[in-house]
Amino acid sequence: MVLQRALKGTKVFWFFFSKKNCLLAFLMSVVRRLLASPGFLAGSAIVLFWVVCAVFGPWLEPQSPYADDLINTLSPPTAAHWFGTDQIGRDIFSRIIAGARPILSVAPAATLLATVCGTALGLLTGYAGGWVDRVLSRLIEVILALPLIVVALLVLVALGPSSLNVTVVIALVFTPIIARTVRSAVIAECKLDYVPAAQLRDEGALHIMFREILPNITPPILVEVTVRLGYAIFTVASLSFLGFGIQPPSPDWGLTIAENYGLIVGGYGWTVGFAAVATASLVVGVNLLAEGLQEVLR
Amino acid sequence: MSFQHSATARPKAFCFFFSKKKTFFLASFVTALTLCNLSVAYGRVPILRGVSFDVAAGECFGLVGESGCGKSTAALAALRALPRGGRITGGGVSIAGRDLAALSASGLRRLWARDVSMVYQDPSRALNPTLTVGAQVAEAFAVLGVADAVARAEAMLGTVQIPRPARAMAAYPHQLSGGTQQRVVIAMALAKDPKLLVLDEPTTGLDATVEAGILDLVDALRRGRGTSVLLISHNLRMVARMCDRIGVLYAGSLVELGAASDILRAPRHPYTARLVACLPDGVRRKQDGALQTIAGQLPAPGAAMPACVFAPRCDRAEAVCLTTAPPEAWEGGHMARCHFAPSFSAAPDALREDPGAAMPENAGAAGPENAGAVVPKDAGGAMPENAGAAMPKDAGAAGPDSLDVATAGRPVLQAVGLAKTYAGSGGPVRAVSALDFSLYAGQTLGLVGESGSGKTTLARMLLGLTAPDAGGEVLLDGKAMGARLADRSRAERQAVQIIFQNPDSALNRAHRVRRILARPLAHLAGLRGRALGEAVAALARGVRLGEAQLAMRPRALSGGLKQRVAIARAFAGKPRVVICDEPTSALDVSVQAAILNLLAGLQRREGVAYVFISHDLAVVRYLADRIAVMYLGQMVEIGPADAVLAGPHHPYTAALVAAARGQREERVGEPVTGGACVFFANCPWRIEGLCNVVLPPFDAGAVHAVRCHLAIENLPKTEKKGLLF
Repeated sequence: MVLQRALKGTKVFWFFFSKKNCLLAFLMSVVRRLLASPGFLAGSAIVLFWVVCAVFGPWLEPQSPYADDLINTLSPPTAAHWFGTDQIGRDIFSRIIAGARPILSVAPAATLLATVCGTALGLLTGYAGGWVDRVLSRLIEVILALPLIVVALLVLVALGPSSLNVTVVIALVFTPIIARTVRSAVIAECKLDYVPAAQLRDEGALHIMFREILPNITPPILVEVTVRLGYAIFTVASLSFLGFGIQPPSPDWGLTIAENYGLIVGGYGWTVGFAAVATASLVVGVNLLAEGLQEVLR
Repeated sequence: MSFQHSATARPKAFCFFFSKKKTFFLASFVTALTLCNLSVAYGRVPILRGVSFDVAAGECFGLVGESGCGKSTAALAALRALPRGGRITGGGVSIAGRDLAALSASGLRRLWARDVSMVYQDPSRALNPTLTVGAQVAEAFAVLGVADAVARAEAMLGTVQIPRPARAMAAYPHQLSGGTQQRVVIAMALAKDPKLLVLDEPTTGLDATVEAGILDLVDALRRGRGTSVLLISHNLRMVARMCDRIGVLYAGSLVELGAASDILRAPRHPYTARLVACLPDGVRRKQDGALQTIAGQLPAPGAAMPACVFAPRCDRAEAVCLTTAPPEAWEGGHMARCHFAPSFSAAPDALREDPGAAMPENAGAAGPENAGAVVPKDAGGAMPENAGAAMPKDAGAAGPDSLDVATAGRPVLQAVGLAKTYAGSGGPVRAVSALDFSLYAGQTLGLVGESGSGKTTLARMLLGLTAPDAGGEVLLDGKAMGARLADRSRAERQAVQIIFQNPDSALNRAHRVRRILARPLAHLAGLRGRALGEAVAALARGVRLGEAQLAMRPRALSGGLKQRVAIARAFAGKPRVVICDEPTSALDVSVQAAILNLLAGLQRREGVAYVFISHDLAVVRYLADRIAVMYLGQMVEIGPADAVLAGPHHPYTAALVAAARGQREERVGEPVTGGACVFFANCPWRIEGLCNVVLPPFDAGAVHAVRCHLAIENLPKTEKKGLLF
């Protein structure tokens, strides 16, 4: 009880998980409509498949994704190696399953970080208005004007490539995008009379932003988050492919494609093809999810 | 036009196929519109049940009912323009003798294009914001193949009495006022010279004076052109004024049908009688006792209904009403769907004499608008609306004398030189200019004026939500409060609260009612724990909300219940002053009466002062002790309610009262702002060379002050006793 009250006062995001939160009840009503959408069902099936691979990978892989087998290099798909092997004889099937984990940890972490920062920033600019809004909005526009991959490359060159840095960089680039969406939703909410009503009973700005306004703008945030997640996966794969993302010997899909794409010409398409299909299916799956959510929530 | 001839050449007695009623069979030859036993459902939810009426050629027929009764559905079904999911499940419609169901898609389009027009509620949505008015009106002619479409369009704008049509042609919709926009929409609707004009709440968003002008226009056009009109509205009084005959819808059934004068004066169905009795009449004051209300709530669509749809809320209901569908009881041309219609003769005036006793507002402990609670005639121990708190007859020992400012004691809230100027593109715009007035404890100051008169800006300045121009001050108990909310102490914030117009916007839809009420109690009254829980329950009881509603979110509540929550929230911190910003304008008549009763009761109990903003003079009359009239940001008159409404009063007040009584009001010029009298351009009594040069004097301290150059004996008066009928 005491703990709960302490959490309530300090950690605003605890609110998302609290029992009183409308989000839970709201989701219950949304879920029924989502289950009627074939696109959403297909998307969630694909995403769920890769999530299972990411979580239970070590138990699902027939062989170690790192174990080389110099006798069986570049073997085409066989009964022993369903997806074939790569240049140093590693089992591609195992590497595809194992590759779900790095991308499904970096991309969602980056999206979550961007959502937390972007929501806070959007609430602040939208609610405060005035010069706070003007200054922060210009700053946001500056970041938005920079091409994503170029910024990411520059930062990663400076900081050195690592999973943590990739997460931070993607979050940094996505924060203003989410902030902009949240800001416009907040401005629309501020025109409603419950906001002055809260001011008239002497509520603090933080309370009004996070407890009064935030629960009402969760639907657009939720949609934005899923859309961003799709882009984040794509960006992580791109950065890995360019060599600035996840580093070898990780079985990451983008990295796998980068390591092997020269072999396509030689007829060893399986070394690249399965990783490409895996990346594409995950992006498509997340986008189907986003589309289904968007339809239901708007 | 050739289509019309070929089509009307075979008048079909189609109604004969749907119904055995001979009247309709005969009527279909001469009527513009016939609905024959029409039933409509959305999905599986029935919305209309066997509605039959006809609109004769050249007739104005009014369809009234509270929101959710199926009025708009009836209009859309009558044009075979139901939205997706809606379908006709029984009966039929004919327009000008043609069965709509038998029309092909192209035939239907021809009918829409040439014979019927519809005017919707919100003109700003009906017009394209990116095209000039001229282009849009001309298009309406061009699609008919008229050669000189632009010239015809301009002539039509003149016909709908838009001053300087040439200028309006070149304007974009947003540059025109709401009233002018609606005239443009009507001009477009009339381009095809329709046989039937359907108006769906055409004046709901408009000011009273503008509404009167639009209604006059429709009436004149109808008489001049012989157009049949189907007028749909929730406003019983307006419909009665406009229409030859009226149909009253309740829960998808037509419960009464007859001549307009009969229905308003001698209703034969209990629902209509109660509805008429709910209307504040412009004479009744809060000191005279509570307004009539209707117990219970409109059944939700799809809910199981008894044989008589009104039985659960009817004080005359007996066993037969729940088992046998009432027949259509005809008497002359007057139909009432009631078992007791032949014996029922309730003059609304007779009902009004005895408010509490006749109609229990609230039987049992449940909320008054709680559906489901059947209120039989003899509900034992039923209590009248204001039971407990109310002493209708002898409330306020001083009676009307308490209106006397001299004896009213100290003012609780004072405005001193309150003005607000906004920076506009063409120089500063004065929203409110230098207001001085006082609000006395326990009294109501009614604030009337049309939109743009600065009422809402004034309210926001009193609350501290908008900072007034330098020099203006709001005094609480004689002490100046901060200009902005941030500068006000908690006690000052607590003292002035507001009830917003739209409870959907005012209540946080993410929170439960319990939280909405608990938060201000915790914050302003400093309650915690069990004391807080008890205070919430007591607060809810005070506005007749039950425990069940506390656990709900606003969207699960009806409009009236939502407004009760908003009222409770405003009263949570024991305010000294509550600003009511059109609190009942979004509500139905029967709910409005209950809310007004509640506000009057709370004022008696808590001794709170109200600033009551409304455009409905009858509503203001009921609650207000004093009335202030605003026009273009200036206060033109303030005084005791009786004196302001009866006169001698300001020429603008006279115009407002005339509009409320449905009398023609002519606007001659554009309103002007500046040093001189703001009403100069439209004033029939204006004195050239004086009124447009010198600002009339205004003694805000006087008991009854009028901002006019005319001597008191020359000011207009409103003689009639029954102020608004």
